Order: sequence, then structure tokens, then C-alpha cells
Amino acid sequence: MGLEAYKGVYVFAQQVDNVLSGIAFELLGKAKDLAKDLDTDVTAVLIGSGVKDLADQLAEYGADKVIVVDDPELKEYRTEPYTHALASVINEYKPEIMLVGATAIGRDLGPRVSARVKTGLTADCTVLEIGDFPLNPVPGKENEQKHNQLLMTRPAFGGNTIATIACPDNRPQMATVRPGVMQKIDPIKGAKANVVEYNPGFAANDKYVEILNIVKSIKETEDIMEAKILVSGGRGVGSAENFKMLQDLADVIGGTVSCSRAVVENGWKPVDLQVGQTGKTVRPNVYFAIGISGAIQHVAGMEEADIIIAINKDEDAPIFDVADYGVVGDLHKVVPALTEALKAEMAK
Amino acid sequence: MKIVVCIKQVPDTKGGVKFNPDGTLDRGAMLTIMNPDDKAGLEAALRLKEQYGAEVTVLTMGLPKADEVLREAMAMGADKGILVTDRVLGGADTWATSTTIAGAIRNLEYDLIITGRQAIDGDTAQVGPQISEHLDIPVISYAQEIKIDGDYVVVQRQYEDRYHELKAKMPCLVTALSELNEPRYMSPGGIFDAYDKEVTVWGRADLKDVDDSDLGLKGSPTKIAKASDKVKKGAGEKVVPDTPEDAVAYITGKLKEKHVI
Repeated sequence: MGLEAYKGVYVFAQQVDNVLSGIAFELLGKAKDLAKDLDTDVTAVLIGSGVKDLADQLAEYGADKVIVVDDPELKEYRTEPYTHALASVINEYKPEIMLVGATAIGRDLGPRVSARVKTGLTADCTVLEIGDFPLNPVPGKENEQKHNQLLMTRPAFGGNTIATIACPDNRPQMATVRPGVMQKIDPIKGAKANVVEYNPGFAANDKYVEILNIVKSIKETEDIMEAKILVSGGRGVGSAENFKMLQDLADVIGGTVSCSRAVVENGWKPVDLQVGQTGKTVRPNVYFAIGISGAIQHVAGMEEADIIIAINKDEDAPIFDVADYGVVGDLHKVVPALTEALKAEMAK
Repeated sequence: MKIVVCIKQVPDTKGGVKFNPDGTLDRGAMLTIMNPDDKAGLEAALRLKEQYGAEVTVLTMGLPKADEVLREAMAMGADKGILVTDRVLGGADTWATSTTIAGAIRNLEYDLIITGRQAIDGDTAQVGPQISEHLDIPVISYAQEIKIDGDYVVVQRQYEDRYHELKAKMPCLVTALSELNEPRYMSPGGIFDAYDKEVTVWGRADLKDVDDSDLGLKGSPTKIAKASDKVKKGAGEKVVPDTPEDAVAYITGKLKEKHVI
């Protein structure tokens, strides 16, 4: 079948515990831009058990159509039934573009689905746009240049290189997209989507792994991706106890504490507070990098912050290469003093 | 039990990334290492071997030089090494890489396949799940603990805010997080033995049930339109205050200037 038969921009609307994940709205925001350029519409694929009433929310964030795959086998995320659901939707409805969040779910589901429907998948994209492939026509082969292609840009090599990737000969064009990068639209209150229910049938087999236990980590903070001010600590903070100092600073200026990978590896803070390549991408108004050396993997997750303030005793720490304001000094002295000064400032 | 561990030789980004004078990445100047998530996967396999008894085969796809990473794995305790290398396999994206590795694994007996979650050069996390799909076996990604229970593997699967304890019938593919364990060092005796052990080298002809159209650059659905080394964000100001008070005055001044406070 020709590639022209594939139409529309689709997003996988991730939900966990029947609550839509932020990435679902972010993908819809981007999908709307892409659909406009392609003169097509936006479809959300909602997979779960008892999830149909989430469709209105997807409509408010930009979905023209919602395909609901609802089945008891889909209550919790499991690779096989979710792969079957999404691959079946792709084979039935033939989207031109299929976007999935680069979450712990999407980075498992995306590759498995792409292998099943035999198409390419570009991971962890940070920029998506419609354009030509090749970017410039090959002399003498001008008519072979393809238009209206999805151009997917992603960092690689720990953020040191950037590649723009196309998928010219297979459909759908699939990408996983890093959370926190795309902008959701302001919700359109009362918007309704065309809701379609589709069930390809689920017959359990050995690939349907059994869930023995679900252990939720206790959420001790709000989502660091939503925070306007982040007070982030690294190895230099020295201990779990010393993070109290950062918490005090955060409390005074209405910020949230986050951390680098080293802190998670040392067991000082849980992984959901980790900023960076293997953690979360954040773009707060202010990012305090305290005792963080600034490994490229960390910088990849925070360089989009509006203002970066670094405090580090090592004058040569690479964090100073990205910081707007760098202070060479002992964080154990500077941070408590800063907290006191800001307290006094706020009391004025 | 037979365990196949897929490993990759990658440039070491941790030991400092080297740049050419023109700002591009100097790959030649960077050391290569066994990809950290893969090394954790290998360590997990070696621990299963110690606990339950197993034969551990390490497999890599790459240039002939990738023999080094197999030797390292055998010095750590792996029993056999297989290098898949062939000019026609070059330029593969994750799809074509996974069809290649699946084609190699079809020649082997296995109960458990372990891969790293992702490699530090590409960071895609795609090849493991894609191999499992080609082999039509279950996959459990992001493993933070791996145990064996008879014919089943029991794995703690990490998510952002929770983990699932999952039980899958073997054969199964598991992708390992580097948080899984602290990999052992090569033993002196192991290093000695590793160079006596044979590394099996396979080329295109040895891959089972794979079409040419699914291999190498030509078999890759994704194509690079443009690649560039990232322009680093310029550094801002850096001050070295004499006292903590000076540091505080500097920071509060900037916060005021930017209307944060």
C-alpha cells in the first residue's frame, strides 16, 4: 500500500492509574502544530481500562478525535497488551505520524510497536517539524526529494551532538518525545472530540507478563518539571542530611529541591527528583546548581532554564560554562547565608 | 540455564568529552568502554550464574576492534564471546541493529537475554525491546532487580514513581539499568584466560532468517538528514567572592535585577 494512504497526526495519550500524564497534553500541543502544517487533524490514542471519560480532557488540549482501546487486560501498563493495542490501531487507522512520550512507559512501548509495524522510531526528540528530505535536493534528482516529511531532531552523545532524522520510506513516522520540551495549549473549555471505541481483542499468552506487585514510591515533593524555581544539589552537597540546607533555601523563595544523578546513586534523594539525560528535562525560571559539577548528561536536562546560578568550590567545574551567574565558593557557607539574606529580604 | 548478554563498545563520555579546535567532537581522542548499562547486565548474568548455574555468552555487533569488549567480559567471567561484524551491517539504525542481533541470537540456545537499557552514545533504549519483538518473546525493560523462579524470571521493573514486580516465562529479554549492581573488576586469572578463549566471529552469512533489506544502512528506516555538534551555550559571569557575604550580596543582587525577588 502506498505511503499516501497514511493520514493524520496521532499521539499516544499516556495515562497511569487512569490519570492522564502531562506528556499526553504536551504531545497534543505539538501535534496540533504539525497537523496545521500538513492540513490534517489530531487523534489521541487512549489505552487502558475504564478510561473513556478521559477523552473530553484530551479534546480540551487539542485532540480532534480520540480512539479509545478499553479492556480489562489494559488496567496496568504491560508491554505486550499495550503493544498489541497501539500496533492494532496503527494497522487499522494508518496514521502518518505517531508520537509517544519518552517516558519509562513510552521508551518500552515505542520500540516494541515500531518493530511490530515495521517502521523507524526516533528516540527522545526535542524538536519536531515538517520539512523536506533530503533537506536540499540532490542535483539531478530534484524530483526525488520528499516533501511534508516529519523531521525529528534529537540530542545524542550525552547532549554533545544533535541529529535531525527523517523516516522517508516507512509509515507511520514514529518519534518518542522528551517530557517537558513541547508546550501544551491553553485548554479549550468544553471542547469535544469525535470518540471512537476500538478493541482488537486480547488473548493472553506467555508474552503477557504477570504483575506480582506494584510498589509506589512515596511522593515527597511536587513534580520538579512544574517548578518555577529549582534548588538543585549535586555530589558536592555531601550527604542526605545536608540537603536540608537546600530545602531551607527552596522554602524561602518558593522553590523545589531537585538533584543530579550522583545524588540518586548515593541514595540521598529519589530518582523522581533527578535532572538530566537519564532524569527529567526541566526549564524553570531559575535553576540553582549547587555543588553540581555539570556533567554533560546533567546539563542536557537543565540548560533551557531562563537563569542558571551555580555555586561550586571548583573554579574549573564545567557547570560554570553554562551558568549565567557563577559563584566560586563553599556552598556550606554560602547557601545558609543566602537563605538568611533572602528571608530578611522577603520580610521587608 | 543459558544466558546471552548483548554488550556494546562505546566512547567514554564520562572521562571528559574531547573537542577539536573547531568545536567538533574528537572521537579519536576518546577512550572506549563497555557501555555501563550493558556492564550491569553482564554483572547480573554472572551473579545468576553463580547462584543458579548458567552458561553466559556475550554478544556484540561492531567493528573488529569490538573484540576488546568481549575479552573484557570474558575476563569478568563470561564463558563465550561472539562478535558480529561485517561491512554490510554498517550504518544501521536501531531497527537494522536489532534485526542483525536477533538474526545472530537465532543460532543460539537461550533462556534469558539481557541487554543494557540504553547505550551512552545513542541513548535510544530501543534495541533491547526491538530484539525481543523480532524473536517473539516477552520483554521487561528497566530492570532494577533480576531473580529466577523455576522456568520464570522475576524482575523489578522501574518507572518514574513506582516499580512493578513482574514475572515472565523464559525465554525472556530483560534490559538492565546501571543502578542494578556494582559490576566486578576483571580478575587477573580471568584476564589471562580471556585471551586463551576463542571469540566466534560471525558475518552476514551467519545471520539466521534475516532479509538483506533489513540490514545495514539500506535496511534502516530512519535516515539522518543533518548532524551537527552542538553549539555550547556561552558562559555567563563567574565571580570569586572573598567572603560568603560577598557571594550572597552578588546572588541577591542578580535575583533582584531579574525581578525574581
